[in-house]
Amino acid sequence: MTATVSTPQSGHSEDLLALAASVLEQATGAEQVEVLLSRASSTTVKVYEGEVESLTSADSSGAGIRIIRDGRLGFAHCGSLDPTVLLETLREARDNLEFAEPDEWNGLAQPDGVAVVAQNGWSDSVVAFPVDRKIALALELEQRVLAADSRITGIRSTAYGDAWGESVILSTAGIEAVDRGASCSISTQPLARVGEETQTGFGYDSGRVPESLDLDHATAEAVDRATRLLGAVKPPSARMTILLEPRLAISLMGIVSGMLSGESVLKGRSPFGERLGEQIASSLLSLIDDPTRSESIGAEEVDGEGLACRSNLLISDGVLQGFLQDSYSGRRSGSASTGSAVRGTRSLPGVGAQLLVMQPGTRSFEELVSSIDLGLYVNSLSGMHSGVNTISGDFSVGADGLMIRNGSLAEPVRELTLASTLQRLLLDISEVGGDFEWLRGGDGACSLVIQDVSLSGA
Amino acid sequence: MLEESTIQRVLAAAASRGADFAEIFAEEKRSSSALLDDGRIEELTSGRDRGAGIRVVVGESTGFAHTSDLSEAGLIAAAETAASAARGSGTGTTIVDLDRVNAQRPNLVRIMPGDVPKAKKVELLLMANEMARAEGAAITQVSARYADSHRRILVANTDGTLGTDEQVKTLFSISAVASGDTGMQTGRESIGRTVGFELFDTYEVGDLARTAAQRAITKLAARPAPSGEMTVVIGPGGGGVMFHEACGHGLEADLVGKGASVFAGRLGEQVASSLVTLVDDGTMGGEWGCFAIDDEGRPAQRNVLIQDGILVDYMWDGLRARAEGRASSGNGRRQSYQHLPMVRMTNTYLLGGTSTPDQILSDTESGVYISHLGGGQVNTATGDFVFGMTEAYLIEGGRITEPLREGNLIGNGPGVLTSIDAVGNDFAMGGPGTCGKDGQGVPVGDGVPTLRVASGLTIGGTAA
Repeated sequence: MTATVSTPQSGHSEDLLALAASVLEQATGAEQVEVLLSRASSTTVKVYEGEVESLTSADSSGAGIRIIRDGRLGFAHCGSLDPTVLLETLREARDNLEFAEPDEWNGLAQPDGVAVVAQNGWSDSVVAFPVDRKIALALELEQRVLAADSRITGIRSTAYGDAWGESVILSTAGIEAVDRGASCSISTQPLARVGEETQTGFGYDSGRVPESLDLDHATAEAVDRATRLLGAVKPPSARMTILLEPRLAISLMGIVSGMLSGESVLKGRSPFGERLGEQIASSLLSLIDDPTRSESIGAEEVDGEGLACRSNLLISDGVLQGFLQDSYSGRRSGSASTGSAVRGTRSLPGVGAQLLVMQPGTRSFEELVSSIDLGLYVNSLSGMHSGVNTISGDFSVGADGLMIRNGSLAEPVRELTLASTLQRLLLDISEVGGDFEWLRGGDGACSLVIQDVSLSGA
Repeated sequence: MLEESTIQRVLAAAASRGADFAEIFAEEKRSSSALLDDGRIEELTSGRDRGAGIRVVVGESTGFAHTSDLSEAGLIAAAETAASAARGSGTGTTIVDLDRVNAQRPNLVRIMPGDVPKAKKVELLLMANEMARAEGAAITQVSARYADSHRRILVANTDGTLGTDEQVKTLFSISAVASGDTGMQTGRESIGRTVGFELFDTYEVGDLARTAAQRAITKLAARPAPSGEMTVVIGPGGGGVMFHEACGHGLEADLVGKGASVFAGRLGEQVASSLVTLVDDGTMGGEWGCFAIDDEGRPAQRNVLIQDGILVDYMWDGLRARAEGRASSGNGRRQSYQHLPMVRMTNTYLLGGTSTPDQILSDTESGVYISHLGGGQVNTATGDFVFGMTEAYLIEGGRITEPLREGNLIGNGPGVLTSIDAVGNDFAMGGPGTCGKDGQGVPVGDGVPTLRVASGLTIGGTAA
């Protein structure tokens, strides 16, 4: 709903590029300038008890402008594509750099000749999907979840959401990148109740074709998660084996990938900074960051600085193979960008993984369960932001789940913590599952079995 | 920000298909920040956002649209989108006259951060870096951040409310890394208040730097935290995070109304030890979660939630209050004009008691003393919650002894609240927090005196 540009449509980014070019024209000879412009449309339908609770229809836009001069860096952002506001934002960025200290490694990303692997992130069917159908999908999901199990007594919220948008990065260094994407999702959070006890679940699906969203999957997942913890008790403290399903295994891998950021290494904040070529994990673990994998909904063509995304091997058979770099950390560490800059319009690029892929083992999830005498199959983890320290490696999180006894899933447990260190967890991996799946968030993951984790309970 | 006649026409457009309620929320926000890392002023950032969100309520349904175009044409287009989203099927609602809300500003801002030269902000960062590193050679890395924001809002609705507010916030945080034979440890400290640059007349960045550095250095000698249920003493200040998670979220009327809270249906009951009186107070001058009006135009209030252990009331926003035929408690907040308001906390704190902190400690044979907490998380339906300890010690024989490594604690809200058996007379507010709920972050404050939880908290360590 900005005055200057229209709603995004596939293949119509010329006006954004022209607007970005008009900002670059303001660069003086000594300045390197990079402009990131983006605009997006989204819909969120929330339903509750058979009625639309809220319907949000939103268009948003934004810009981030980075200027480097004499090694000094300035940045400013705005929530608008109005040309006047963009020029004011450019002036702000220019003013900001006066107060930053020079750094010889500061600079924009330089085109590096790596070819873009084309992705099909756009979806006309998301854009064309009528509002009434969006509402109907959410209502249908709510109804199915309520009907699925008599213990489901309510649903906190059921939603359909979609978003489509595009962004361009243009710089005086010769970067010109256009990125477009569209996706849709459904989600539901049921409450299961027996007597005075309530448990919650969560079900989700996402994709690029609204008609193909899997309501059965979302329903089954939500109902299973909400009901399987009913009757859970606090278990006694013990050290034991834990089983993380793919969704949770990847959240652990996500934390580890953050410790492999070239920026953390340069600034002495990674416990793995000096360990290149060394065994940092069980030899069963191989991990790659590969945003070029078209089979994943998370595939991307370019990174946050407009360089082509590429495949980066992080851990192979437990041996640390490399770090992720953006243009700054690549230059300063004497290597190069690995195309791993991540950002929004409101922030400068930082280093991060974009699409993690685990190398699968051989045995199925059921076989993993049957191989464990005493363990915990984890249902959910909490406090990942408050009890995990990627610098010290301390790892302590809240959890609930099902006990595994003599190779079978047994009673539900809750109000417990799991603790170790990130360094130990990696070495204590005793099996990687063969149950590889592309998660709905985009990453490719398998189950993980980890030994000797401290479970604190009663 | 907007002419009253424009507001009238936009509200009329929003209500043109029939509406029980329509609202315009306009916002203009400027922010600036400066970051020091790795011994150098690394970046200065400025941001500006401006826009309006339009909400139309028909029966139980809400339609919402937002725009960054504050011209009358832009606003009316958004109003029509919101009206169509609400799917009203009536004729236009008559718009009542707008009455300006008279809400007391919680405090005056003496020095607008926008008027302070950037060089002065940068100077604070350099000083903090120097002071943190001067704490010892063990300090191997320091990062520090200065940030300020200036948010102006206008809320007008078909009930006749017209309110404006101006919220200025200033924040400073510092993180240090200490390295030793045992690896690396971190320490952090921050201060943030709803005031201007005069923040630094009251707080020395050097003190914050020393605290952060000492936290990191102390932990180099820390032993693994114990595992299992123990008595926990929480020091004054930041321990409010525990109440925010243990019962704060569970007392939000939207979650209660959907049966997603263990505190649903328990009004008038004893839900906590009689030593517990818990207040949520948006009027607390200068605190991180204060304001004159909430994001629905309702003046800030001081609300007693739990009085001497008895559950007195939940927290309410306009939508939930309207459904119950009562008044909002001034807890309707939103992250920005791009978000719908919902029930949120402001400054949540436990009132002080009568014990001295020394009495509480010396009376504790063994346990854990937590002097600085990290964030937390709660499942309101089950009441299970966690919070992190970022500076903690063992209590042995009524004395604080060895430092402990970081970790989470887990407990169940109702169980923990009833197990509080001592509350100190040393109340203090804690550091600035950002509370996340359904994808929206809002600034919140909290505070506690020294208190003891006799049982119900499990320490998530690795030591037997």
